[in-house]
Amino acid sequence: MADMTATPASSRPRGLPRVNSRLVVMILYLVFLMLPIYWLVNMSFKTNTEILNTFSLWPRDLTFANYVTILTDPAWYTGYINSIIYVTMNTVISLAVALPAAYAFSRYHFVGDKHLFFWLLTNRMAPPAVFALPFFQLYSSVGLFDTHIAVALAHTLFNVPLAVWILEGFMRGVPKEIDETAYIDGYGFGRFFVKIFMPLIASGIGVAAFFCFMFSWVELLLSRTLTSVDAKPIAATMTRTVGASGVDWGVLAAAGVLTILPGALVIYFVRNFIAKGFALGRV
Amino acid sequence: MNKTVNQKAWFLVLPVLVLVAFSAVIPLMTVVNYSVQDTFGQNEFFWSGLIWFEDMLASERMWDALGRQLMFSGIILAIQVPLGIFVALNMPKSGVWSSVCLVLMSLPLLIPWNVVGTIWQIFGRVDIGLLGYTLDAIGINYNYTQDTLDAWVTLIVMDVWHWTSLVALLAFAGLKSIPDAYYQAAKIDQASRWKVFRYIELPKMTGVLTIAILLRFMDSFKIYTEPFVVTGGGPGNATTLLSIDLVKMALGQFDLGPAAAFSIMYFLVILLVSWVFYTVMTNLDKQEG
Repeated sequence: MADMTATPASSRPRGLPRVNSRLVVMILYLVFLMLPIYWLVNMSFKTNTEILNTFSLWPRDLTFANYVTILTDPAWYTGYINSIIYVTMNTVISLAVALPAAYAFSRYHFVGDKHLFFWLLTNRMAPPAVFALPFFQLYSSVGLFDTHIAVALAHTLFNVPLAVWILEGFMRGVPKEIDETAYIDGYGFGRFFVKIFMPLIASGIGVAAFFCFMFSWVELLLSRTLTSVDAKPIAATMTRTVGASGVDWGVLAAAGVLTILPGALVIYFVRNFIAKGFALGRV
Repeated sequence: MNKTVNQKAWFLVLPVLVLVAFSAVIPLMTVVNYSVQDTFGQNEFFWSGLIWFEDMLASERMWDALGRQLMFSGIILAIQVPLGIFVALNMPKSGVWSSVCLVLMSLPLLIPWNVVGTIWQIFGRVDIGLLGYTLDAIGINYNYTQDTLDAWVTLIVMDVWHWTSLVALLAFAGLKSIPDAYYQAAKIDQASRWKVFRYIELPKMTGVLTIAILLRFMDSFKIYTEPFVVTGGGPGNATTLLSIDLVKMALGQFDLGPAAAFSIMYFLVILLVSWVFYTVMTNLDKQEG
């Protein structure tokens, strides 16, 4: 199979050793992907003097001071705590409402189901920029400005539709006979759903949770607009540092590395579902 | 799947409906409200009809931003889709290396968008960034904060870096669903590599590729954070895409009326593309079932 995808033999200059072109392509692409990340990690272990004055491919003067700064300075680490709080809230809310809805969409026809499903999709696609100002006014008027729940609720705008679509995609794979058998056996809906159905789509729930977590974690515009001090997310802390005179590059790089970690840690578990998650459960 | 008609299913959907109505419909109505009113401050509004829409449609600023936006989306699609397919074709199909590739390729997708911006902001700087420094060292005059072309190239390379993997992963998922028998038949027929791609792999990937193209179009169409962090819309207005312009107008200058009219037209485009997306999705679902 491998030689089918290689370039045809005739086009290869004679005399050169046979190289596996697939390997070369993949290595080049992965190097392209990893270089900027490598540079960020590299910078996070350097002192500012080294960053600004010397050009080195690895830290000559290895330091963990940047990470220490972030983990000890409240201005930095509260950013992470705030982000984690609203992201977790958002994930829980999104999944809690999306699970029953996805079940309804995957099992039943009802009046307006198609329109509703489509309307959810439009919210996933909606540009946050359109919602920034109205959200600001809405949450200010109900006194929720600069709270975690405001950001969590704002992010449900795109995360609930995402969760519904992903979960529906997984639920369709579960045969309907299982539901019917359970009902015949005398299970009520609630008990059936929690005891039998949810374990069956456990991987789907995990994937949906992962994507809710991720899309809430990576979002900047809404979380920055809706917070000022008390719930300021790490993303906003980072962008507000930039532009001030004398940017602390080392700390900024370390902060960046720390925001990548959560995704990097769990990615292995969802690797086979990542395409499905990004495509709203439709691959 | 054969679904049964059950109107009680509405109760299961109700929480979602209420929540999304709160976070989507109310704000959207605010926008509609602003788009047809004018104010002299002091929170006194009066009806102004469609004047903001006329203003926006006549405003060069919006058309320029739209033009830049379409150019941006067009360029990144033209690069990401072929590149993504090419990478997917070269990915190992199974085994440990397949997992390694999947994990490494997904990594850029999971990086917070502002960090993506920060990474490239640093990476491209002539004084401290690997890319900027290297380009400078080999004698290329590169400065993404001053030069329009450099700013564009930086943004496009950044987006290619960030999102090509998505196209590749989707295409890979499509490729994996092709049974081996197809390839064996092609081998017996002595089909060339190109013919295998054209008549076996491409048709099997059409569905996922359509999804990939639509997703990439939508997401690039509403891109905000990355260019905001890297160039802030500059130099001048050279990289001011739709979302950046809208945020400037709404939150920066507080021009509520025009910004609202702008938002609604922006949203209509999104609605249209979403509808195409939905149609494609439902057709795919039908083919499966």
